[in-house]
Amino acid sequence: MSSSIIDPSAAPVLETESNYLTHGYSLWSWLTTTDHKRIALLYAVTITAFFFMGGAAATLMRIELISPTPLIMSAETYNKLFTAHGVIMVWFFLIPSIPATLGNFLIPMMIGAKDVALPRINLLSWYVFALGGCFVIATLIAGGIDTGWTFYTPYSTRFSQTTVVCGVAGVFVTGFSSIMTGLNFIVTVHRLRAPGLTWFKLPLFVWAIYATSIILVLATPVLAMTLVLLAMQRVFGIGIFDATLGGDPLLFQHMFWFYSHPAVYIMVLPAMGVASEVITCFARKPVFGYRTMAYAIAAIAAFGFMVWGHHMFVAGQSLYASLVFSFLSYVVAIPSAIKVFNWTATLYKGSITFEAPMLYALGFVGLFLIGGLTGLYLASLGMDADLSRTYFVVAHFHYIMVGGSVMAYFAGIHFWWPKITGRMYSESWARLGAIVIFVGFNLTFFPQFILGIEGMPRRYFEYAPQFQFLNVLSSAGASILAAGYVLPLVYLTWSALHGARATDNPWGAKGLEWQTRSPPPVENFDVPPRIPQRPYDYDPDAEEKAGR
Amino acid sequence: MSHATEALLALPVAATSYANRVDGLFWALTGVCGFVTIGITLTIAYFCFRYRKGTRVDRKLPDLAAGKKRSREIEAVWIAVPFAFFLVFFGWGARLYYDYDDPPRNALEIFVTAKQWMWKVEHLNGRREINELHVPVDRPIKLVMTSQDVIHDFYVPAFREKRDVLPGRDTTLWFQPTVTGAYPLRCDEFCGTGHSMMIGTVYVMSQDAYGRWLASGSTAPTLVRLGFERFRELGCSGCHGPGSTLHAPSLAGLYGRMVPLTGGSFVRFDDGYIRDKILEPAKQIPAGYANDMPSFKGRISESDLLELTAYIRSLADTSPDVPQGNHLR
Repeated sequence: MSSSIIDPSAAPVLETESNYLTHGYSLWSWLTTTDHKRIALLYAVTITAFFFMGGAAATLMRIELISPTPLIMSAETYNKLFTAHGVIMVWFFLIPSIPATLGNFLIPMMIGAKDVALPRINLLSWYVFALGGCFVIATLIAGGIDTGWTFYTPYSTRFSQTTVVCGVAGVFVTGFSSIMTGLNFIVTVHRLRAPGLTWFKLPLFVWAIYATSIILVLATPVLAMTLVLLAMQRVFGIGIFDATLGGDPLLFQHMFWFYSHPAVYIMVLPAMGVASEVITCFARKPVFGYRTMAYAIAAIAAFGFMVWGHHMFVAGQSLYASLVFSFLSYVVAIPSAIKVFNWTATLYKGSITFEAPMLYALGFVGLFLIGGLTGLYLASLGMDADLSRTYFVVAHFHYIMVGGSVMAYFAGIHFWWPKITGRMYSESWARLGAIVIFVGFNLTFFPQFILGIEGMPRRYFEYAPQFQFLNVLSSAGASILAAGYVLPLVYLTWSALHGARATDNPWGAKGLEWQTRSPPPVENFDVPPRIPQRPYDYDPDAEEKAGR
Repeated sequence: MSHATEALLALPVAATSYANRVDGLFWALTGVCGFVTIGITLTIAYFCFRYRKGTRVDRKLPDLAAGKKRSREIEAVWIAVPFAFFLVFFGWGARLYYDYDDPPRNALEIFVTAKQWMWKVEHLNGRREINELHVPVDRPIKLVMTSQDVIHDFYVPAFREKRDVLPGRDTTLWFQPTVTGAYPLRCDEFCGTGHSMMIGTVYVMSQDAYGRWLASGSTAPTLVRLGFERFRELGCSGCHGPGSTLHAPSLAGLYGRMVPLTGGSFVRFDDGYIRDKILEPAKQIPAGYANDMPSFKGRISESDLLELTAYIRSLADTSPDVPQGNHLR
């Protein structure tokens, strides 16, 4: 049954009806909005700009790496490019991507609320994010930094000749935006759920964003402290991380990864949430093992805090610490494995269709699977002592963060696009985009596994000629991938301006957000949404018989 | 496209028996992970085909309670089975790492100093080389490594081993080559502009050839001899030397022993302690002595430290009564 508030046949009326997009057209009305949906769009525009900046850096790197000897740039430029790529993609795209855009837009609607609990903090969070972004752009204008996104000491504190403090300041500032967003979601989910919407009736997307928010609030302050100490050491010469002053450079790595490993789960948990929404909808099936899926999210968030040392197996960490971190890394792989199995089982006996969001989501599952399984190599101590810091690692985390998180982000953008903009995109272009990105991605990153196994270290500007064939292959894949990423930019922009009007619930999805208009009114619901008995209340058998 | 096929052959030469063991783990992981990847992909493809909309297949879901019980059982299986595999991979990797972490006592020690962007190697007899490392086949080799500036990483793909090289502390890496040949050495921790050019070659030679190589070429003084010179130049001998009137411990025969400290605890007199005492003499003061020693922090290079340590280590076999330095002649 389709529970639209407004009959789809009355669609033309929507144009005259007020919604959050038509509620004020001036730039000022956008810059002072406290509407979570508009803030989501502010974030979306900002991170899209950063995504293409980071992507441009990657493109230049892939061009340079076609040749084992210098081709179009110097080693200094190359080092600055991979640093810019990492810093921008991690902190200014991936971490805010799903939480700050889709999370901001959807969390209040999924729980039947009018807005987040702290709407002005929400706006402040975007401004702080933008301020952090300004620092990063200033850093780039000043010539960029060459430390790598990991800022390892003592290179970053004593030896780098670049504007490290400015770049670090950008990351430091943007951290506060993470903390405020996380805090806001935690309070919102606790306080603003519609009456009767208990925890185990929440969509898994809400669970995922909630768990992510906890990580954001607990881990980000440690990053902030670490970066302050780093800046103080660089500027004032205090010796926390400086061996010549009695400090310890490994301490920096411990503190950095205490944030940055959980940060991987900040990127991937929301992606898992999106996949659960999309796969259930297009398989017309309740998710397999709902409670297990929710517990798995919680387990990943909890254990994710206890595995940071697996970045340091060859760094000089003690044998016994390494043993514990290796074991815990296998433990945290269990809930991830459960999720892949349960998504697969969700397809069983479904009534599956393959619209663009579903293609992106299935792509996510496949690529996340490969990313996860190659993590088993790196969690194994003896194997890591060979593969650590080679291109194998580069390929592994790109399968998780790009193959996983970015694919899922695109799945989510396509899935909720009709709700967000009130318009449809071209289905055939969108399917083409999903396929081009999937193919381009694999062609770019699969050769990098082999490069790592053959012994090519990461962050190498020049390399041995034996590695050239695979590097050329990877660069060729990157050109397909780049084209794949430009496609959605074009057809989605076109859709936003000229796309056909969307109905309230074009996919026949079951979440509360689909019970209101597309685009939603300013306060989200004209009438209070109906709370379902259980989440994902799809019935493939009945829908088949009714000839959906 | 012979270059291409060569590039696609996955593994570099394995030049140690340890490397062969790592390769065993690699193929086991690849077998299991490859099987799982293909298995799950095919399952997804099969479900997507069989249960695509409009096919005439049974889609009846079990009722809620029965379905819950059934899904719990299925989930228990796919928690337990992966966990069993994970334990195997954990144990297998840990076993290898334990050996990698623990150099044998009879290993031949070679000293490596990393700096932006070169590898400096010193052999015990004083023979030095840059960006090259010559070692004999079939003998355990222990590299004692330290960095003069940033963090580097000593990585030899043919040995399937790497270890970070840190400023202000020694790390070790050991291996026992079994196949003679020349193998690439690469820096595997980003260390600045010249990172990708901080490369070298490890030459594994027959023991005879190594002996000839070691004796030939350079007539540079031995590491111990250099350390003895540092010991005098830096004024160490003024207090620690024989016949000194100042109240400082003689270092003869101390190396490797447990030393009592002020406050009642003990510390082993090893490389780490020697380094600490030279740089931070105010810490861990031996029982019965005052804190009179000046710090040499900032006044002494990493290679000076290596040489001094080598000299003090060489005093292990001397008794406190023998005038120090005599055994050098």
